[in-house]
Amino acid sequence: MKALVFSRKPARYAAAMAAGRLTPGGGAKVGPLKLRHDHDHPALPGPGWRYIKPRLAGICGSDLATIDGTSSRYFEPIVSFPFVPGHEVVADLVDPDDRRARPDGTHRVILEPVLSCVARGIDPVCRHCAEGHLGNCANLTAGAISPGLQSGFCCDTGGGWSTLMVAHESQLHAVPDHWTDEMALMVEPTACAVHSALAGEVAEGDVVVVIGAGTLGLLTIAALRRFAPTCTILAVAKHPEQRTEATKLGADHLAAPGEVKRAVRRRTGARAVTATGADGPVDRLADGAAVVFDCVGSADSIADAIAVAGPRGRIMLVGMAGRTSVDLTGLWHKELRLTGTYAYGVEPAAGGRRTFDLAMELVEAADLGRLVSAAYPLSRYPEAIAHAADAGRRGAVKVAFDLRAEKERDSL
Amino acid sequence: MPRPGFVLDVDRSTPPILFHHGEQFRLEKLPAGRSRVIYPAEPIEALDDPDAAIHHALLHPLGDSEPLPALLKPGMKLTIAFDDVSLPLPQMKAPDVRQRIIEQVLDMAAAAGVDDVHLIAALALHRRMTEDELRHALGDRIYDAFAPHGALYNHDAEDPDNLLFVGTTKHGEEVEINKRAAESDLLVYVNINIVAMDGGWKSTATGLSSYRAIRHHHNVKTMEHSKSFMDRHSSELHHSNWRQGKVLRDAGIKIFQIETTINNNTFGHDGPLSLLQKREWEWTGRDRLTFLGMQKGLDAMSAKRRRQIFMGWRAPYGLTSVQAGEVDAVHEVTLQNCFDQHLVPVEGQTDILTMGLPFICPYNVNSIMNPILVMCLGLGYFFNLYRGKPLVREGGVLIMSHPTPWDFHPVHHPSYIDFFEQVLADTTDPKVIEATYEKQYAEDEWYRHLYRTSYAYHGVHPFYMWYWGAHALQHLGRVIIVGGDVRAVRRLGFMPASTLQDALEMASDVVGRDATITHLHNPPILMADVS
Repeated sequence: MKALVFSRKPARYAAAMAAGRLTPGGGAKVGPLKLRHDHDHPALPGPGWRYIKPRLAGICGSDLATIDGTSSRYFEPIVSFPFVPGHEVVADLVDPDDRRARPDGTHRVILEPVLSCVARGIDPVCRHCAEGHLGNCANLTAGAISPGLQSGFCCDTGGGWSTLMVAHESQLHAVPDHWTDEMALMVEPTACAVHSALAGEVAEGDVVVVIGAGTLGLLTIAALRRFAPTCTILAVAKHPEQRTEATKLGADHLAAPGEVKRAVRRRTGARAVTATGADGPVDRLADGAAVVFDCVGSADSIADAIAVAGPRGRIMLVGMAGRTSVDLTGLWHKELRLTGTYAYGVEPAAGGRRTFDLAMELVEAADLGRLVSAAYPLSRYPEAIAHAADAGRRGAVKVAFDLRAEKERDSL
Repeated sequence: MPRPGFVLDVDRSTPPILFHHGEQFRLEKLPAGRSRVIYPAEPIEALDDPDAAIHHALLHPLGDSEPLPALLKPGMKLTIAFDDVSLPLPQMKAPDVRQRIIEQVLDMAAAAGVDDVHLIAALALHRRMTEDELRHALGDRIYDAFAPHGALYNHDAEDPDNLLFVGTTKHGEEVEINKRAAESDLLVYVNINIVAMDGGWKSTATGLSSYRAIRHHHNVKTMEHSKSFMDRHSSELHHSNWRQGKVLRDAGIKIFQIETTINNNTFGHDGPLSLLQKREWEWTGRDRLTFLGMQKGLDAMSAKRRRQIFMGWRAPYGLTSVQAGEVDAVHEVTLQNCFDQHLVPVEGQTDILTMGLPFICPYNVNSIMNPILVMCLGLGYFFNLYRGKPLVREGGVLIMSHPTPWDFHPVHHPSYIDFFEQVLADTTDPKVIEATYEKQYAEDEWYRHLYRTSYAYHGVHPFYMWYWGAHALQHLGRVIIVGGDVRAVRRLGFMPASTLQDALEMASDVVGRDATITHLHNPPILMADVS
């Protein structure tokens, strides 16, 4: 089968790090990611596992960090090599017996990529999976499959950047017939945003800040607008298209990255604290936003979040953060809560409903399929990765691989 | 005998014309046959003995006023208000005329046994003056005698305990001024009238006032109906101030107005900057070399260093007149003395008006000329330097030369930064800006705090800068900035051009290819009397 395969090759990894520093996405050309036309089919790991043929597979920030060698070594024990990336997937489920199947024996599914106890064949399930918080599964390195925090990072499951992968039945959600593939592709990142927005416990009338207007930032804005309709959203967006889209999705106010402290001050009436006392450039705010969603995850964005969050406020770390250096004095002094938000499961704040179900409703209501800006065949993966890594500047949001026309796909 | 200002028709033999460009300069060749240059008058004769002239004015007041000594009584409460750091531009060589005048007023007060004297910098909503600035304006002797005892201070337009509501005009304009000034037995106001806009009732009604009162004339409607605000009798801004002045007068507030005019000797008759007040074809070989050296040197420096150099310049102005007494009588004489120096007769309007904006405007003394101030200086002050009709026809094009850096002084202009980042990112329409954002900025507690305790302009001040250009925005078909920061220029709503030739090309889209061009060769200051 045809697949993009990421192998454990330290020398190439180092080259990717160097190239990625020079040009975002540059790691694709020199790093451990390679296109293979004869990659072995993954075997079905056990009962309940099925073959699926990806139709579209998104390129996510965590994928880009992996390719450019900037992701944390934290992940090493919870991934297994070689793996096929791609966890944002809409696919055809190969199942001629399914009554929902099309004449060719397939029907479309969305992959929920977290690998829970059920998918791993572990019984009884861990307490987190028992409560429905599948993203918090405590058995990431155990069970019938190799370590992997999600499909797309596990050597046994394959991933969406290929013509064939395996998925457990518990991971699959049927795509409504009237949906486009693009809508279906946006469900997984939307679920991440929905999970973050609901975890933020935004109260009526709160001023919230969303730092970053890439895919995750924009979807967080959309989720906040749906689940916390009375809040005031200030979006920090760098590029013109991002600003336009942030407004369309519900941001009330916009600020450029360097303008966030002043913008939050204007919205909240907070006093500014300046580096030199009563005057000079604004260093931080004495009061500020109730909740800050950091959808970037860099040292600068976390520092900004601490600077603009009001006392006893919350900072939701939505973007994947790596090893970083940040002054946490403000976190201590303002009694802020810094909370990571990862993946999805069920949402207590929405009556215990599954995050994916809520995400599907949001995708339809906000027409989020339009955020898929470009799709590439696997053979053009360096361009696709470069486009995704520079999406904001190039006016794009979600860049994906389009597997629908891959001839290897039909021969399976 | 100083030569008056005049209009030069540009022909093939005309040398390149000097354009100020912030703290730099450009020499630009204007198209022959359709361009003209308006030159300011040379500095008119200064008074031989300024101190004697001041003394004479205090003893021989104009209008319905007694001589100053007759107004001074033992036990009385005397307040002396004076123009702040926004005048003159650039600052003058010591001794400053304010010092000369106030020393004489204080001597007379002392002679009369007046010991309750306060000195107040009438800064309205401007930033407070620093100790150095006060020492420069008033001299060390006055500063050391009054400041340590709390009798020399900056007006605070946000101190409710030290403001007095005086009344309302027939037009509904509220009048509120500094309480100490209002409750004094005599208020002496010391002006430096660098242009015809300054002085008169505007001194007290604005300089010692608050947002509550100032908002009645510092607004879009007033500014659009001030044609121009440099022409007192055609200026709605001044009509409103005069109405407020009547309320002050009717309330029994006794004012002894002292106004002064200075000549055009901004850059001196010798020294490296002297060529800036010469006409280009009269530059000597030495002048050309000096200019080239200065230009190269400045271009090689950092912006900060350039600012330091220019802000350190002290102009050798000569005092041309001083008049004292009743406000209206004094001001009419002052206006004529201003016009004697500044007015240049000009026949007809032009399609394209060009101007080179210098390093300073009233609001960036010892500070940074940020983009909002660039707009204010060009579309506000320079555009309005006319009497009769604007120099440029309605629908015409204004081309300004200035680096327009995206740079703000964080201490002096905190609300300007927000205005630029928030308001101008949304709209450049003065009416929309006024309706949507002014109140929020005017009442912002942080800006209030910085205005009162630091050296920040009031939160509403950038709005007034924008309104200052409202008449020009309404009148012009296009505004182009040459050599400016492209992003900053676009944020202002203007078009950026890298050269004057590009700008003229861009202007031709609006006014055609054979459009007439007029260059305002300012500073030194000139005011076009357009027939």
